[in-house]
Amino acid sequence: MELWFTEQHTPDVRFSIRVGRQLFSAKSKFQAIDIFESDEFGRFLTLDGVMMLTEKDEFIYHDMIVHVPMATNPDIKNVMVIGAGDGGTIRELVRYPSIERIDMIEIDEAVVTACREYLPQTTCSLDDKRVRIHYEDGLKFVRSRHSAYDLIIVDSTDPFGPGEGLFTKEFYGNCYKALTGDGILVNQHESPYYEEDARAMCQAHHRIRDFFDICRVYQAHIPTYPSGHWLFGFASKKYDPVRDLDAERWRSLGLKTRYYNTDIHKGSFALPTYVLEKLNA
Amino acid sequence: MRTYRLPQEETPLLDALGQYRRNRIVPFDVPGHKQGRGNAELAHFLGRECLAVDVNSMKPLDNLGHPTSVIKRAQQLAADAFGAEHAFFIVNGTTAAVQAMILYACKSGEKIIMPRNVHTSAINALVLSGATPVYVNPGVDRRLGIALGMSVSDIRRAMDEHPDAKAVFVNNPTYYGICSDLKAIVALAHSRNMLVLADEAHGTHFSFGGALPDSAISCGADMAAVSMHKTGGSLTQSSLLLTSGSINAGYVRQILSLTQTTSASYLLLSSLDISRRNLALHGSAIFERVTDIAEYARAEVNKIGGLYAYGRELINGATVFDFDITKLSVFTRDIGLAGIEVYDILRDEYGIQTEFGDLGNLLAIISVGDSDQNIERLISSLSEVKRRYMRDRAGMFDHDYISPIVELTPKKAFYSDKRSVPTKASDGMICGEFVMCYPPGIPILAPGERITAEIIDYIRYAKDKGCLVTGTEDITTQHIKVVGGND
Repeated sequence: MELWFTEQHTPDVRFSIRVGRQLFSAKSKFQAIDIFESDEFGRFLTLDGVMMLTEKDEFIYHDMIVHVPMATNPDIKNVMVIGAGDGGTIRELVRYPSIERIDMIEIDEAVVTACREYLPQTTCSLDDKRVRIHYEDGLKFVRSRHSAYDLIIVDSTDPFGPGEGLFTKEFYGNCYKALTGDGILVNQHESPYYEEDARAMCQAHHRIRDFFDICRVYQAHIPTYPSGHWLFGFASKKYDPVRDLDAERWRSLGLKTRYYNTDIHKGSFALPTYVLEKLNA
Repeated sequence: MRTYRLPQEETPLLDALGQYRRNRIVPFDVPGHKQGRGNAELAHFLGRECLAVDVNSMKPLDNLGHPTSVIKRAQQLAADAFGAEHAFFIVNGTTAAVQAMILYACKSGEKIIMPRNVHTSAINALVLSGATPVYVNPGVDRRLGIALGMSVSDIRRAMDEHPDAKAVFVNNPTYYGICSDLKAIVALAHSRNMLVLADEAHGTHFSFGGALPDSAISCGADMAAVSMHKTGGSLTQSSLLLTSGSINAGYVRQILSLTQTTSASYLLLSSLDISRRNLALHGSAIFERVTDIAEYARAEVNKIGGLYAYGRELINGATVFDFDITKLSVFTRDIGLAGIEVYDILRDEYGIQTEFGDLGNLLAIISVGDSDQNIERLISSLSEVKRRYMRDRAGMFDHDYISPIVELTPKKAFYSDKRSVPTKASDGMICGEFVMCYPPGIPILAPGERITAEIIDYIRYAKDKGCLVTGTEDITTQHIKVVGGND
């Protein structure tokens, strides 16, 4: 018998991984949570049947969503992370001793509980004393904050389901308000390739651009996400991620990373023409 | 938990339609799309399952105009669920139910006591029936600029002055969620042999919620028009007319046939049957949740500052006897924006469609279909609208309810010889048609009312702010029909 996990990347495209066994399956108030074990990708987490992370390639996503803003402004002290129930983003953030406080806002406690049990590789730093976990709607949390954070990372699911509110104009506007004068907003920005993902990408970009003077998009190669070509948004009231990168300073921190380096940092902002055309449309 | 006389799990109409489909009946009757086969595009859009039961009345499916089997049973179940003697399924919207109530109660020339802030359907019914309205000025909240309920003392005065009136017409509640003291009004009316007719278009849920105002039928009203499609979950245009034991059901049926279609849609009828079961079995749990969501949203909106989401604190024992807390009405004028402006910003910039905005207020309907996440979106968007658009409130129009000066009955004015004049030059003339903002559909002018400079100013201001001003023959409202002379 063969057991396969299949995700429908579009109505006409499927992505499958052969599964050794299923470790966890539950329906929370918000979504279906499943954790599988596979030979090729190690353990992996899906929400409502959509791939969130695998042990094998999660480092790419988490390196890029954390180290790009941190290298742009190494003086960041207060961070808000929205989503991130798997803990991977927190794991990378706590490597910076200069960060004083991390508020993690995850809507679904059941995701964190499941990941703590089955994905210690990413949840290993959730108990760091600078981390406070708030189980509530990110949109609600950010609404009541004013000039309080140097960095907001939106580590969300896709905009179809519980994560939908995190792709809205009201969310980005409230993030703008919650950031300090030199604040940075980084978000997972969907993929430029398949039509539905690309539409979400453009919409998010246009909405962010309405609020932030500096609004850039960067990319990474993530094998288990639709098309493998994934984007991140970088928006700031002050810092340009390429011009203001102090590569020497970041290297002096001595952080060992497997995907991120300061050349990739600069290079990741160079986008294919068809992506630029879509973003600027 | 309420108890019912009849087994509310039953859905006789739904079952009959299921049977019809299983029997694979070959249709040689209307509708001509023949269970969808004759209109592939429509079948694709609405779904083949849906079109397969878009059928005409026939013996096994009963007939709305002359119910003897499954529709009769479904109506009995609905009456039981709402605590009424009879229930009539309506497929022409609550408008048809409101008109039937008035046509039942008043013949031409007879009087009906009503507040002026009724839905246009009620005044339309006066045009049809020729009844004479005796308007009771509703209370007005000066700060919010909204019309409230009627006080019992004002109704008593109207009854004293017009002891020959046949009926009293009451909003239960108003669009904004405000209720009059219906029990006292019923006692007063019945002591003078007047019927009480309730427009319960916005109060379907009252029969099923603990913390909600009393339903009209439970207060002893004789008839109630209930928009099942608004907060009860049925399809748009489906509605209920409820009557008490004092009403001749056979005559109601005849009155309904005057205006209602003879080809009642089984999609609408079955949606009434299914929704009635859902409300009867799960209504109290559903509306407990709806109430919780609405109260949460109200508290959160009030934390934003500048926006006022009002609630039970408005209750004053007279013109606000009770308040429907499932309505999320927000006063916007203190942030320098008209309700209609906030309504437009929410839709155009935030992708959020609310029920309506008037000059000072925004109304969001909270229902069984709302999720916690969507409520957060609404609250967060309002917070953003304030942050980004707040301006000085100087120059804002601050009265939304203007007492009418009635010169002619609506019917007399509507059917008079009329001429068209520029709206801005109509001061002092008698209006021959309706003018209203839609929504909410409460006339600014009804046929037979004197036009004033204040009203002209109001219409201009409402148009400037983006209200959809409707009712006039001239779709642009540049011109208005006034009584006297011919074009």
